Amino acid sequence: MSTPRPDSTLKPPTGFSFVRTLLFTLPLLVSLFVLTWGFFFVRDLQLTKNSVPQLVIVLFAIIWGVGGVVLLFTTANFFVEQLPDTWTHRLQPFIFVGPAILMLTWALVIPTIRTIIASFFDEASVGFVGLKNFAYVFTNPAMLTVFRNNLLWVVFGTSFTVSAGLIIAVLSDRSRFETVAKALIFMPMAISFVGAGVIWNFIYAVKPVAAPQIGVLNAIYVAMGGQPQAWTAFFQPWNNFFLIVIVIWLQTGYSMVLFSAAIKGVPAEMLEAARVDGANEIQIFFQIMIPQIMGTIIAVSTTIVIFTLKIFDVVIVMTGGQYDTSVIATEFYRQYFTYNNNGIGSAIAVVLFIAVIPVMVYNLRQFAQREVF
Amino acid sequence: MKSKISSSLIVNGALALICLLWTIPTIGLLISSFRDRIDVNTSGWWTIFPHKDWVSVEKITPAADVDRNVDMTFHGVTATFEQFIQGVEKDGQRFIWIGNRRIGYLEVQQYIWTSNASFTLENYKQVLASGDYTAKLKDGTTETKTGDNMSRAFLNSVAVAVPATVIPIALAAFAAYGFAWMKFPGRKMLFALVVGLLVIPLQIALIPILRDYVALHVNGTFLAVWLAHTGFGLPLATYLMFNYISELPRDILEAAFVDGASHFTIFTQLIVPLSVPALASFAIFQFLWVWNDYLVALIFIGASPTNQLVTQRLAEIVGSRGQDWHLLTSGAFITMLLPLAVFFALQRYFVRGLMAGSVKG
Repeated sequence: MSTPRPDSTLKPPTGFSFVRTLLFTLPLLVSLFVLTWGFFFVRDLQLTKNSVPQLVIVLFAIIWGVGGVVLLFTTANFFVEQLPDTWTHRLQPFIFVGPAILMLTWALVIPTIRTIIASFFDEASVGFVGLKNFAYVFTNPAMLTVFRNNLLWVVFGTSFTVSAGLIIAVLSDRSRFETVAKALIFMPMAISFVGAGVIWNFIYAVKPVAAPQIGVLNAIYVAMGGQPQAWTAFFQPWNNFFLIVIVIWLQTGYSMVLFSAAIKGVPAEMLEAARVDGANEIQIFFQIMIPQIMGTIIAVSTTIVIFTLKIFDVVIVMTGGQYDTSVIATEFYRQYFTYNNNGIGSAIAVVLFIAVIPVMVYNLRQFAQREVF
Repeated sequence: MKSKISSSLIVNGALALICLLWTIPTIGLLISSFRDRIDVNTSGWWTIFPHKDWVSVEKITPAADVDRNVDMTFHGVTATFEQFIQGVEKDGQRFIWIGNRRIGYLEVQQYIWTSNASFTLENYKQVLASGDYTAKLKDGTTETKTGDNMSRAFLNSVAVAVPATVIPIALAAFAAYGFAWMKFPGRKMLFALVVGLLVIPLQIALIPILRDYVALHVNGTFLAVWLAHTGFGLPLATYLMFNYISELPRDILEAAFVDGASHFTIFTQLIVPLSVPALASFAIFQFLWVWNDYLVALIFIGASPTNQLVTQRLAEIVGSRGQDWHLLTSGAFITMLLPLAVFFALQRYFVRGLMAGSVKG
């Protein structure tokens, strides 16, 4: 897939001169200078006490951040295009690909290696402790509750999100109100977990027996003759399910949209033929529809499994991980920021990482089969 | 024919029920955010709809010399204080004592259709205000309240979300073009890196990045959050943009090369305009992701009160005043305002983005 670059018909056929190169480096150097200056300016503006209105800081930061990227690409490319052809040819791909690769390396590759190393060291990352942190992670009783909770999240969060999405997709496919219904189910996807936490905390709100209940769930429960309950607290281990419901509410829209598209891709003749053969709708659903969209079901399930594995915001906002609702990501946060234990914190992060490795391998295998490369 | 109608009725009925179930949480939040502080805390939001309840029709203030320790008679109803406090019913009316024994009064109530529909913007004023301000109360008096400064947090969230959306997209688009249309050593390996990083849990990267930030003194600034979101969003962005850009018809590009255009010109003049749908769908995705993020903001902005984002402010109100439902509901709605607007305006692109990348880490 090489794309031959045309001869340098656009460029003056002059030779490579030191002065010229220096001259053409100037824009790049100037923009680097402007960016560095802006970096210190924005940083200090935000970290020191000053009387600059926040709006001014915000506008400046946006212009500097967005403009900086554009400036950097443009001047770096300008510089490379002034070099002799062979060098332009050699370096230009790295102007295009380089920034992204550098960012990925700095933000993901190196940190992963550093975290893995830190997981074999003590809480201050000074002394080597071997597998001690992992031994703690896998044997401590509190950690076992954490794993149990995460398992509940992965199993029930995923299965309910997938089946609810599938049911709604099938129903809306047969309804005239498809667009409206899908938009309503999909809407929670735009809501943050913190916002969703408030919404559901309000639904679970509990008031003393004598007072009128302001939470929907307790109002219904009391009207049916029950005593008001603190659903997310003293109702273990069922309180975890009251948290999982929130994510089902948020993510069903996602699975519904993907299933809806997949269902529309099932050939109509196939369904028609089955109907002619006398199959009922339930048989059609399980014996034709499901096998046909299996690929989508696996893809959606994988995404939601990974998502629930890392669940953090909902738990931290709803219960803070108390009342036996802690999960891997909240425990990671607690170990690192509450107990300042870098070793165990890192070991927990590594466990999360190990859990996604099968998916990573699968993705790479798929990639290796692609013909584009 | 008949079975067709009834089955369509079942389908639409079930769908309507699910939709109702799915929207009630948000509706409850929205309604409560406009209700007075006392109303929110003493009655369910659903009582704004017409319903039957005991409603006060008359207020009797007993004379000061009435002995409240023996039977009292009002409007021909005789009962003790203890009975009145519980409420005494007679001829469809309920007599109920409000307040304490010494300075309380008696209310005559009737069970009739009513609604608690009274609304206010006061909650929004309070969560948005910065610092102290004077609020007018329902009864006409004024009170000095401390605002929650959501307006500043809103501004900060914009300052974080816009560059944290634009920067990764710019980087990803350039890289995607490079991977799709340029030849260079290590191309396949570098792209495999992008694919491998698609599902990496960001928790594994947080602490090392935090250490770099502390060393650079950028912790607590917008820059810290931009860079982190850029790094975390890049694998998916590059992957999606590559899928799109590599499928663009080859002959358009070849024609441009023959005309002597450089890679940079082709990219900016040809590829970017052609890729708008892909750019837009990822932009929406990333914008919502950054705007709604809590973890990254919590770690890299932390407790710095001037630079906090909306999700952090809201989480802080939850933590410090978890029973102030009038503020929580309005605060939550403020955090949802922009994403919901973006979502409803650009839903089509958002859906496309979701379909293209069902493997985000």
